[in-house]
Amino acid sequence: MSEYLAVLIFIFVGAGMVLFTFFLARILRPHNPYPEKNVNYECAELPIGSSWIKFHNRYYIFALIFVIFDVEAVFLFPWAVAFGQLGLYALVEMVIFIFILLFGLLYAWKKGVLKWA
Amino acid sequence: MGDEVVALEYEKMIDFTSASINFELIYSEISLLVAAFLILLTAFQRHLARLAPLVALVGIAVSFYFALQQWGNQMSGFFGMITCDDFGTAFKLLFLVVAALTLLIAHRFLIVKRIGSPEFYALLLVSTMGMMVMANTTDLLVMFLGLEIMSVPLYVMAGYARRSLASNEAGIKYFIMGAFASAFLLLGIAFVFGASGTTDLRQIVADYSFIVSNFQNYLYAGAALILIGFGFKIAAVPFHAWVPDVYQGAPTPVTAFFSVGPKAAGFAVMLRVFLFGFEQMGMLTELFWVLAVLTMTVGNVLALRQDNVKRMLAYSSIAHAGYILVALCVGGNDAISAAVFYLLAYAMFNLGAFAVIVLLETRSGCKSDFSELSGLSSSAPYLSAVLALFMFALAGFPPTVGFLGKFYIFSAAIKSGYILLTVIGVMNSFLSVYYYLRIVKTSYFEKFEGTFAPAPYSPAIMVVLFITVIGTLGLGFFPDRVLEFSQSALFAFL
Repeated sequence: MSEYLAVLIFIFVGAGMVLFTFFLARILRPHNPYPEKNVNYECAELPIGSSWIKFHNRYYIFALIFVIFDVEAVFLFPWAVAFGQLGLYALVEMVIFIFILLFGLLYAWKKGVLKWA
Repeated sequence: MGDEVVALEYEKMIDFTSASINFELIYSEISLLVAAFLILLTAFQRHLARLAPLVALVGIAVSFYFALQQWGNQMSGFFGMITCDDFGTAFKLLFLVVAALTLLIAHRFLIVKRIGSPEFYALLLVSTMGMMVMANTTDLLVMFLGLEIMSVPLYVMAGYARRSLASNEAGIKYFIMGAFASAFLLLGIAFVFGASGTTDLRQIVADYSFIVSNFQNYLYAGAALILIGFGFKIAAVPFHAWVPDVYQGAPTPVTAFFSVGPKAAGFAVMLRVFLFGFEQMGMLTELFWVLAVLTMTVGNVLALRQDNVKRMLAYSSIAHAGYILVALCVGGNDAISAAVFYLLAYAMFNLGAFAVIVLLETRSGCKSDFSELSGLSSSAPYLSAVLALFMFALAGFPPTVGFLGKFYIFSAAIKSGYILLTVIGVMNSFLSVYYYLRIVKTSYFEKFEGTFAPAPYSPAIMVVLFITVIGTLGLGFFPDRVLEFSQSALFAFL
């Protein structure tokens, strides 16, 4: 049970941190709302009109490419930490892995995916 | 002291010098992947794009060679994650044949419909590779990995006709339903892992009595969720709702691939999970009994009222999944080899039927409605004769291999005492004769109305028709070799 207790404490501490930050911000910040400040802002979309709009398709493609390299980093970190024990074999494997992802990036580039317009 | 023990175990885990990592096991997967990459390279040299189908065929041939080398060699590697036994190798060979035939069927169609970019072939190869991963493992997580490698290219291929609304709808529909089914499967694997502490079926089999006496409910819940996930891929009722729309909307060669490849892969993992991993689980037989009867009956009854050939074949593929589910209900080596034989036979005549439909659809303005087939016997006598042969095989008439496939499955069922199930299956077979022979009737006895250009000539599709006719008739007369092949395609207990 003690492992689950740790999880429970973790949840409370996590929630507490968020609440504490909100509370702290409320004390410290100047209170000066005006209409422009209250509009939605995200991903550089112009804050005009309804927020229920069709987002540009490009966002998703960029996000997809980003995710690939995010995952690459996830695999690279444990490899780098254990690099001393793994030796040449794992180095070659990792080079092949990165080469495959690099090929994917080059392919996307060549297909014009990285151009915005 | 404690640190030393951890360090020792750590050393053992990363022991790369041992035979654990054995690339020999995945040569055939690697060759498909290399071919797929070579095809994608044509994005850099556009004039090489014409070579894409050729590169894909060579990749499939090399992969086939490596898979043949594995036949009879039972090995396990990658820390038990990959297991090559004859069951898996048989499916590998089946997937490669299906991929090659699909490629030949698709080539002309893609050019005529102006969607012929080389990426199609790369997607086909990667999807086939995913199926091979699925069939060659006893680890649930690797099965899931293979399923995703197979499915993601399939979603793209379903929506490959970018300018066609129906194709787009098929892609999105298949993607959303497929992602949903994957979630079920993953949750099921999580439950099984929670109950047993492992994702390796061999470990589950070894510890079964302990697991079931302590965590029975979690194990059963996990098995049920896994069944839902795979049931989606093989289009078993009640997880079949996506099939008609996706089959009708997707480009026809892709539909041909859907109806055989992913279905065979789904059955490969289902046979392995439920007849090996959860073999000792009690109520599975009753569950599969109900699933088989539902799938056969619903597929056949709904196929009766279709006016589109692709949609009719979609429901017919559901019905055929029902026949193979009978083998899952029966269990045992006889049933497993009957299922492998049936899938092989089904690949032959179903791909053949689709090859004819694809050839006819390359005429402009065709939507594969029944009425388009009228008068085919006078405008293309050979083609309509071949189509009739495939319809007889689908309905299960002797001397085609369709009859033998059903015969082996139902005789395995009778041997194990499933009389009622066999009676229902045979009655369903009779029911299916109506809609298969409707195609024959339309093409032979109905007057041609309207104007269609004569069916164009395509050497690649002629090759496919030649192979599938030989397969359908030849295996029907001389099934010995293939029967022997399917009888040795059993699980190895490594």
